[in-house]
Amino acid sequence: MKKFRKMMSACAVIAMCGAALTGCGTDGGSTPASSTAATAAASTAASTAAADTTAAADTTAAPATTAADTTAAAQTTGGGSGELIKVGIINNDPSESGYRTANDRDLNNAFTKENGFDAKFAYGKTNDEQINAAKKFIQDEVDYLLLSAADTAGWDGVLKDAQNADVKVILFDRGIDADESLYEASIVSDMEKEGATAVEWLKSQNLDKYEVIHIQGQMGTAAQKGRSKALNETAKELNWTIVAQQTADWSTDKAQQIVQSVIDSKKSFNVIYAENDDMAKGAVAALDKANISHGVGKDVIVMGYDCNKWALQELKAGNWNYDGQCNPFQSSYLIDVIKKLEKGEKLEKKKIVMDEKGFDASTITDADVEKYGI
Amino acid sequence: MSDQTVLQLSGIYKSFPGVKALQNVAFRLQKGEIHALMGENGAGKSTLIKVLTGVYSKDAGTISIEGKTVQIHSPQEAQNAGISTVYQEISLCPNLSVAENIYLGRGEGKFVSWRQMNKKAGELLDSLGIHVRPTQQLASCSIAVQQMVAIARAVDMDCRVLILDEPTSSLDESEVQKLFKLMTDLKKRGVGIIFVTHFLDQVYAVCDKITVLRDGKLVGEYKIEELPRVQLVSKMLGKELNDMEDIKDEVQTFDAKKAEPVYEAFGLASSEGIEPFDFVIRRGEVNGFTGLLGSGRSESVRAIFGADKATSREIRVEGKKVSIRKPIDAMQLGIAYLPEDRKRDGIIGDLSVRENIILALQVKTGFFRPFSRAKQVKFAEEYIQKLNIKTASVNTPIKSLSGGNQQKVILGRWLLTHPKYLILDEPTRGIDVGTKVEIQKLVLQLASEGMSVTFISSETDEMLRTCSRLLVMRDRKQVGELTGDQLTQSCIMNTIAGGGAK
Amino acid sequence: MISNQKQNPIAALFRHQIVIPIAALLLLTIFNVLRDTSFFEVTLKNNSAGNPVLAGNLISVLDNGSELAILAIGMTLVTAACGGQDISVGATAVIAGSVVMRILSGGEASADVVHAPIIIAFLVCCLAAMACGAFNGMMVSVFRIQPMVATLIMFTAGRSIAGWINENKSIAITDPNFAIAGTFIPGIPVPTPVFIALICFIITWAILKFTNLGLYVQAVGINEKTSRLNGLNPTLIKFGTFVLLGLCVAVVGFIKVSRNGTINYSVVAKDIEMDAILAVALGGNALSGGKFNMPASILGAYVIQYLTTTLYAMEVQATALPAYKAVVVIALVVLSAPKVRDSVSGLFRKMSPAKQSGGAA
Repeated sequence: MKKFRKMMSACAVIAMCGAALTGCGTDGGSTPASSTAATAAASTAASTAAADTTAAADTTAAPATTAADTTAAAQTTGGGSGELIKVGIINNDPSESGYRTANDRDLNNAFTKENGFDAKFAYGKTNDEQINAAKKFIQDEVDYLLLSAADTAGWDGVLKDAQNADVKVILFDRGIDADESLYEASIVSDMEKEGATAVEWLKSQNLDKYEVIHIQGQMGTAAQKGRSKALNETAKELNWTIVAQQTADWSTDKAQQIVQSVIDSKKSFNVIYAENDDMAKGAVAALDKANISHGVGKDVIVMGYDCNKWALQELKAGNWNYDGQCNPFQSSYLIDVIKKLEKGEKLEKKKIVMDEKGFDASTITDADVEKYGI
Repeated sequence: MSDQTVLQLSGIYKSFPGVKALQNVAFRLQKGEIHALMGENGAGKSTLIKVLTGVYSKDAGTISIEGKTVQIHSPQEAQNAGISTVYQEISLCPNLSVAENIYLGRGEGKFVSWRQMNKKAGELLDSLGIHVRPTQQLASCSIAVQQMVAIARAVDMDCRVLILDEPTSSLDESEVQKLFKLMTDLKKRGVGIIFVTHFLDQVYAVCDKITVLRDGKLVGEYKIEELPRVQLVSKMLGKELNDMEDIKDEVQTFDAKKAEPVYEAFGLASSEGIEPFDFVIRRGEVNGFTGLLGSGRSESVRAIFGADKATSREIRVEGKKVSIRKPIDAMQLGIAYLPEDRKRDGIIGDLSVRENIILALQVKTGFFRPFSRAKQVKFAEEYIQKLNIKTASVNTPIKSLSGGNQQKVILGRWLLTHPKYLILDEPTRGIDVGTKVEIQKLVLQLASEGMSVTFISSETDEMLRTCSRLLVMRDRKQVGELTGDQLTQSCIMNTIAGGGAK
Repeated sequence: MISNQKQNPIAALFRHQIVIPIAALLLLTIFNVLRDTSFFEVTLKNNSAGNPVLAGNLISVLDNGSELAILAIGMTLVTAACGGQDISVGATAVIAGSVVMRILSGGEASADVVHAPIIIAFLVCCLAAMACGAFNGMMVSVFRIQPMVATLIMFTAGRSIAGWINENKSIAITDPNFAIAGTFIPGIPVPTPVFIALICFIITWAILKFTNLGLYVQAVGINEKTSRLNGLNPTLIKFGTFVLLGLCVAVVGFIKVSRNGTINYSVVAKDIEMDAILAVALGGNALSGGKFNMPASILGAYVIQYLTTTLYAMEVQATALPAYKAVVVIALVVLSAPKVRDSVSGLFRKMSPAKQSGGAA
């Protein structure tokens, strides 16, 4: 009976770890990710349990195995010594974005007693709150400190304390400006890679002409910079026309106004490249109003990011063409790292870039919508 | 003689637009002297103090300290010249310690030795007999101690002239005694003290000399033993005793027996701290509250109207027991109140004359029943004509009218509500003589038509001319009620002065 | 002599409050005429559902400006009565929108058909936003906290509360009936928000005409002590203005989610409070309270949207957009400052005798 329950929970983790291979956030402050330049892409992919780097739909097999191992290891640790691994998790406020909510939910589901963890969670909108939480976790003598920092600077002191107290630190989602020796690993999204994947997909559509409306996110954020870069470079290289390039600050109605304004000025275009789903939706509203057809096989190609569930449904219905992922499911990567460290293995690289995919309306399945929608 | 003089002001002039606040005022302060500066509101006391401390610049005149003429352009310069002021409202930093407050902003060097500072402060406070730890946070001390700390700061700055502006108004009796002791100590050290207060008892308890101002002019400088209280009051109010006897009682006799009470209060009191007393006014009666500024006369009428938090025991209007908790209650019962401070409590500056006139009646009528524009104009024009208000149009903002016309607008506002009982607190202050007479006449006319009126004025003769009964207030207590033959200047002054009068 | 008695008409005009937003409107129009007359083109086309709709920049101004105008109504009242502004209107609008989404989605992540009558959702969102307004109003009127500080609480917490209502889910409602309020009534080519705003204007006009709200609010804003002595209850009146603003915010929140069909808690109605306050200022109303002019505020709101749409049409570089807006706003606000207006008015008064004498010579 007991065994059966363990099996069940193991299955759950497997499913989750599979899911973890997707997603990505538009959240504002994740600046360090941009410095996580594309250079690491290939090697990291290898280190991340041989995840599939192409934008194609199927992935699950390889990482799932890893995840199964992870769980097994965690459980043997937990079951064998009768001790749970003590983990302190410091995250940003879950209400910050849908991405963050999904991220928090994923962590909560993964770091459970059943999986061999004694996890405590703390949330902070500012560094101060987070540093206080970290100090408390160090006092409580946790084994691992998992950290998604609100701000990149100011962590040296508390991380040194952690090192002295023999608490291992793993960063997730957002990096920090501190010496690499102060943490074991850093699990991040690569926004530039997300952009490159999307633009690669767009290139592969082989359109006669490329006339793109580029709706940017809030200027200066990591997501905006990463996702704009690939388009800017490719457009220059291949002589694509950027009909309009404006920021809508991630907002639906601003995006609608911008596209409306382009339509009113009677400029022709055939691609909407929006840096998140909300803005893509706003753009589509303007297209609908002007009776301009969009989606698979229609006049205008619509691209978005973040894989909101409703956005994937639009994709499935063929109203949109592409949606890029920003992976919020980081628990499998974290558990993988913890497992290796528990075994005393060395990590090949401290910076681990998560696998993130892009969905094509013509290949997306209902299962994908359920699995990857946040 | 002159080497004893520490401060000498002469020929001081100061005017504000439309007001001559100080005219040829002189003042002399000797070493080791406590000198009371007395006068009714608007007499020029505070203007004089502000000229002296550099808050206002004078138009003409000289200020000299220890024989040397000085120019004072800012409070800082006044302080440097040795003039320190302690205001009623403490102007220290409540979140700093006592010692820090004493030495704040006077750092001779860049570095402060805290221990030395605390030690010095301790010695200073000890020498002045102020019992407080130098390290204590100022906010945790009583108001009295805070005031004394302010005085200690002044003393330590080597002040030669100390101005105490209404220091006692928020102190209790024992605290006042402590303050007096400190003042006497300072006097022995040779500090000249200017003491501004409206408490007569305190003047006679501690002062050596009195300078009286009235209407921006110097009335005179007197030695305390040469000026009995009645004389002082008469000088402040501007009526010599002999003159007063001559004034004929012009009020028509009012037969109290015949008329029924309009408003009765048993234990009239409010949160503003007047001693509870019973009060009644009858139909067609004009009564008055008199007393010096701060005596509680305004507070009494505010309590009647519910302007302050009323704590009266029982109120009856036309015999019926009622509750007046807020102004609207009083208004619904037919009571109207023209407040003392026109600018603060009376006008709504940016609104038009029309809106100002209809306001009270409109509020009384109700939120959902606004008057039509035509009706508003009709009301406004009616009272503009009736009270002879000079305004460009009904839509002129009230703030652009002259003071007297503003007052008439407010009066019109309340007359429009057709009150049974009209309370006028200083309706004639700051307005020209012609208008004053008009208002007095109007009051008498309204009373003859059956309205009850309470009339308050700083000018006693005005009250004598209009009121058939006077309630005298002193130190927030009702101390006398004068009717009939008692309605004379001398009698009023004796009652106001209390104790020392014969 | 005569010129003293009879004011120069231009000088008098400049005294009039509504002149400011009108002048701003004219300036922007002139600018657009010089820039590109196609800006003013309005076309009637069919949308993808086959219904006729009007399109063009001016329609965009009316459409999007209407939300701002509705907010400006409430903001004007709060400003007049309290001498301060509510900076939480954006956050409260998201709360209102979140409530709508919660009720209509029935807790699902997406809904093709609404799960509850839309009118119920609207009424509940009104209650929610008015409750937020009541909270702000209580802080300001009862506890006498500076409006900006008091509403800072809701400003900070509002978006989290909105997220909490829907467990931070991103919800999409694609029911065409729900979209009506933010887009078009089938068959009617004018955007629905314009009609909603019109209804709000009429109600506001009626309230100001048939109640004493205007008089009371101005009296309290100018002189609270006097107002009390004239039988008013300043606490209640200030409180009331915040509740009314809450109602306006609810309407705006409803339009927003209806227009978008989704809700993004950290983004929807972002910075709208600043635009609403600006609308009040642009209407020539003193931000320190007192007298107000409602039509001027409403016009001010449309002028701000006009400006935004103009900047979109100009395709101002994304990063430079806020800077452009700031420059224009500074110019407008400085021009609308009473002091500047007085001196401009004074200038015209001085100029006119000069002109006369010049003519005589």
